[in-house]
Order: sequence, then C-alpha cells, then structure tokens
Amino acid sequence: MLTIHNLHARIAGKEILKGLSLEVKPGEVHAIMGPNGAGKSTLGNVLAGRPGYEVTQGSVLFDGKNLLELEPEARAAAGLFLAFQYPVEIPGVNNTYFLRAALNAQRKARGEQELDSMQFLKLVREKVKEMGMTPELLNRAVNEGFSGGEKKRNEVFQMALLEPRLAVLDETDSGLDIDALKRVAAGVNSLRSPQRAFLVITHYQRLLDYIVPDFVHVLADGRIVESGDAQLARELEAHGYAWVRERTPVEASA
Amino acid sequence: MATQPEVQAALSRRYDAGFVTDIETHSLPPGLDEDTIRALSALKEEPEWMTEWRLAAYRHWLTMKHPNWAHVKLGPIDFQAISYYSAPKNKPKSLDEVDPKLLETYDKLGVPLHERAKLAGVAVDAVFDSVSVANTAREQLAKVGVIFCSMSEAVREHGGLVRKYLGSVVPQGDNFFAALNSAVFSDGSFVFIPKGVRCPMELSTYFRINAGHTGQFERTLIIAEEDSVVSYLEGCTAPMRDDNQLHAAVVELVALERASIKYSTVQNWYPGDENGKGGIYNFVTKRGECRGDDSRITWTQVETGSAITWKYPSCVLRGDRSVGEFHSVALTHHYQQADTGTKMIHIGRDTKSKIVSKGISAGRSQNSYRGLVKVEKGAANARNHTRCDSILIGKQCGSHTFPYMEIKNPTAIVEHEATTSKISDDQMFYCRSRGISEEDAVSLIVDGFCKQVFRELPMEFAVEAKKLLEVSLEGAIG
Repeated sequence: MLTIHNLHARIAGKEILKGLSLEVKPGEVHAIMGPNGAGKSTLGNVLAGRPGYEVTQGSVLFDGKNLLELEPEARAAAGLFLAFQYPVEIPGVNNTYFLRAALNAQRKARGEQELDSMQFLKLVREKVKEMGMTPELLNRAVNEGFSGGEKKRNEVFQMALLEPRLAVLDETDSGLDIDALKRVAAGVNSLRSPQRAFLVITHYQRLLDYIVPDFVHVLADGRIVESGDAQLARELEAHGYAWVRERTPVEASA
Repeated sequence: MATQPEVQAALSRRYDAGFVTDIETHSLPPGLDEDTIRALSALKEEPEWMTEWRLAAYRHWLTMKHPNWAHVKLGPIDFQAISYYSAPKNKPKSLDEVDPKLLETYDKLGVPLHERAKLAGVAVDAVFDSVSVANTAREQLAKVGVIFCSMSEAVREHGGLVRKYLGSVVPQGDNFFAALNSAVFSDGSFVFIPKGVRCPMELSTYFRINAGHTGQFERTLIIAEEDSVVSYLEGCTAPMRDDNQLHAAVVELVALERASIKYSTVQNWYPGDENGKGGIYNFVTKRGECRGDDSRITWTQVETGSAITWKYPSCVLRGDRSVGEFHSVALTHHYQQADTGTKMIHIGRDTKSKIVSKGISAGRSQNSYRGLVKVEKGAANARNHTRCDSILIGKQCGSHTFPYMEIKNPTAIVEHEATTSKISDDQMFYCRSRGISEEDAVSLIVDGFCKQVFRELPMEFAVEAKKLLEVSLEGAIG
C-alpha cells in the first residue's frame, strides 16, 4: 500500500530525512519510534504534503500512485490521513460543518456522490456512538478552546468519519493523561481493519501498550536503524534510545 | 439558460411599446447649477419647499471643500461631468448583451433570473412577477398603517412627514457629500412605522426596485414611532455595472420611544477590475438617532463591493437607556479601498453601544476601520464595547485601525479590543490535509471569522453574504 524508498527531505535547507525506506501493507500497524529530532514528525508532514518540506531524493508510492506529486487535498482524497500533533484551531467554523466540507470534498474528488445534510447527520450520529465522542464538541468551532485531550479525540473522530486507507498518527499520545490516552487508543483500535493501515509515530512506548503494533521501527538521524515487533518497543523503553545507537552505530558520513 | 426565451419575449414586448425613447427624454445634461436643481425638482413634480430645501443645500455645498482625511487615494472628481438625473443609458437590451462574467457571478450567487435582469440593468421590471409581489406587500403594509414607498412618492404624497423628519438626523450641511446629496438626491426609500406597530414583514429594496430607478444619489428616511419595530434590508447582492463613478447616498433613521430599527446592508457595487480600473466610489452618510428613551438602532453591513468605500453608519443615542449597535464585515480585494466604521454618540443616560467590525483584506487592497465613541457630559453610565478584528490574505494588502474616543463623563465604561491576524499556513494545511481545496479553505476560514456578524443578518441575507464573500475572494490565493 505504501512504499517509501530512500526518502531524503529537508526543511529550511536542513536535511532531516536521509534515506528512509519503509513498506506498509493493508491491515498493518507500524510504529515509528525514535529520539527527538530523529525526523519522526517530518516523515508525517512529508507524507501529508505540508508546504515547506522539500523532498530531494527517493520516492513514495501510495496504492501505486506517486504520492509526492499530489497536492495535500488530493492525498487526502486518495485515502491518506494525518492526525496532527498540534491540531489547529479554526475560530467560528463549526466542527460538524468542517467535517462535512472535508468529507464531501474528498467524495467529490473521488467521483462519489456528495452527502446531503440528512445523510451526513445520520453518519455523524453513528460515528458519535461508535467512537464514544462527546456530541457537544461537534457543535463547537473546530478545536477552538478544546483541551489537549479533546483535540486529539477530535482528530481520531475525524479519522473515523473520513475512513482513510492509511492513517498517520503524529504523536497522538503527547500531552495526554492516562485516561485520555486509553480513550484515544480505543478509538484507533476500533478503526483497525484488514483494509486499513496505520503509521503510529510516538516518542514513548506507553501508547503501544494500548495500540499494539505489528511492526516497530526505530528512526534515528533520518533513517530507520532497526525494525522488529512490539517486543522491540518494550526493550527500547527499558534501555533508552542510546541502546539502539550502540547496537547500530550511525555512519558518520550518512 | 432555460428561461432565456422568456426574457427575450418580455423584452421585445417592452420595446414594441416604445418605452425607451420615453425614458431617454427624461435625462438632464451633465453639469450642476441652480437651474439643474430646479429642473430636477420640476421633473420630479416636487413642491416648492422641497426645491428650496435642495437649493439651500446646494448653496451650502458650494462653500464646502472635498474632504481628504480618509485613508484612501482618489483623484479629483469633476462634479460638472456628472448627469444628475438620468435614466441609465446604454441599457443592455437583453441578457445576451450583458458581460458573461457578470452573469456567471449572478449564477454563483443564485440570484433569480428576473432579479439578474434587473441588476444588470436590462429593462424588464414591469413584466415579471415582482410587480405583483410589490403590490401584495404594499396592501398588507397599508392595512397596519405602514408607509413604504419611494422617496419621490413620499415627497408628493406624505409631504408633512418628510418635511418634519428629512435632514433632522443628517442636516443639509453635515458634510460635503451629504450636502451634495441633499441638493440632488434622485430617489430612495421612505418608511414610516406608526405608533405601536410591529412591521409584519422584513422591508427590502427588492420590493420596490421597480418603483423607479434609484440613482447614484439615494436618500432614504426611516421613521419608527413609539413602540414600533422594523427591519429593513438594503442593497443588491450582485455587482452592478454603472457608467457613473460616484455614489453618494444619505440614510436617516429616527427611532422614537421604545422603537427598534434594524438596518441591514449587503453592498456589492462594482469594485473595479483586477487592475483597479473602474468601480464605484461609495461615499455614504448613514446615521440613526435614538431620539426616544429605550429605543434601539442596529446597523449590520456586509461591504464587499465598490472601488472606494467611505461610510460610517452611526448612532446618536439621545434617549435615556437607548442602545446602538454596529456589526460590520468589510472585504477588500485587488485594488479596493475601504475606510469604514461607525460613530456612537452617547448623549442620554445609561446608553449602551456595541461595535463589532471584521475587516478582510486581500490582493493589494487597503482596509481601514475608523470609529468614534463619544460620551457627552450628561451621558452618565454610558457603556461601549468595541471589537475590531482584521485578517490579511497575502502580503501586499493593508489593514488599519483608527479608533477615536472622546469621553466627557467619568462614569462611562469604554472598552476596545482589536486583533490583526493572517490566515495561517497551519490553518490552510490543516484544511487541505482533510481534502479541502485552498480556495474553499480560505472561504471557510473567512466565513468563520465573520460568523459573529453574519448571525445578525436575516437568514436569507446571511446565506447570500456568505456566498458573496466566496465569490469576492476568488483568486485571492496563489
């Protein structure tokens, strides 16, 4: 589904990703772990197409398409979703209205029928029930005045509604207390399916107790330096990132 | 366009009747002097006092200078080059002759076909349903004693009322453009709501668009007697091409004891093209007086058109406990310039005013908020809250805020909040990453920004205003 090959990317002239390769198949959950500054969030932003990130080398194929050629909105329509580390507030724009605009824009781009307000409302009600979302949050402006936990839950709710093929969760656990973390994880787990893949970017192993990944990759200095299963995450937790660095020294000239 | 043949048929009927030559003869040649005013007044079959009133205004105007304090750039206006009474010339004979770009805009706005024809200046008004609509509305209003007619008609039929109130809020010599308007005003609306009557419908210029072609110098007067309530909607929601550049209107509102007037405007005169060529100079004096205790006046405006907009709908809070409100969205794009805001003059005790201004600047436009809050000596416990937000789209536009405060009573509480922001790259990316295109993302964010003002508009207007912003912002990104 997603094939990243030898990806190099920089921001403001500084090279962050230095030859990252990764293969993700439908139904899989991949965790990307790594120390601060390793390039974790850069990976998410490059995949979603955030302006300012420049890909200098390598390729990304998504369902056979060259992802890097697509505008951010076309990537979304193709089934890519980025759950933001810091979701943005849009004052005055009703959350439900925003969701409908997003869903219909995607459907239109895919040549599907847009949903009218009745159909959409029905869908929202279903998803609210499924995800245990607070309905009150839907009547407020997008992320405006939301707590950290509410913002993250809103991201997961958007994901549930937009039903992406590949979801990238960028440090969705950051800033959450344990109860909020559990709720968010439960939401993500309920969306796991054989057709859908996840890329879970996280700094801590803690999240992976609740969202158990099929694969864990350690990102250091812009490349994946070690891959394994959920056990790798637990070892990392015990030994720290320095431990990885000792096992697989990064070539100085990389 | 499915209904095109219908329009064609209607038009050819009209031309068979030979109306066109008729209209042409009613035009006055360009130029302005006392004779022009006398001729204008005579054409409108006005009483002697009206002619004298105009002449007094003209004589005063001659002593005045063109003001230059606003934050706008404009060349000199040749007042002798303007025709002060003219049926629109070069009227397109059918929708086929109208600029397709203009029609496209109407289409996007969802303006009904017969309205489109009218707005484009196609002479079809007499044939369409709107005539009967207007008549039904009039009957219904007459039953409760509401007078709603053109100013010309009011001068002839309701001279007593007009004479009593005209110029009582905006005197003839108030300012340069108000004086000019007083001398040469062509037409406008007259509304009278008698004591205790709640006007049974929203009054809209749509209802009387056929009552006469309102010119560049409109004069509107609304009188709400004791305990009455009225909501008035002004303006067309589609651009209007116009040979003349200057539009200098005067609007006066009078609210007596416990009366309430709500005046909503959606202004979208021709803004000029992408290069700043052409467009209307919209120099308007709008003022309402809360003359009676416990009265209330609310101005709501959405300004997206005109090359230059220069207007400050104001409230004179004379009655005790009276309330004035001003809610405004002003959008400028390309080379448009807007200098707009309000004046709240607190005279009575316990008076309150509220100002909400949202400015949106794009392209190379300049958008200024200018507002005065004045609390006179006797206005004990006056209260004002001003909120003034602006948003910038792109790097070449400007946004300015000029708040003035004159407080002469120590018990007054006056608050002013202002913010200026840009549509952030983060907001744009967030929307786009959810599948929303750049252009739609801008509309969405701007719509959210204006929410607080749109809420004040009557339902249909709010929908139109939103669409209008979308159309006006086209091409603002990239």
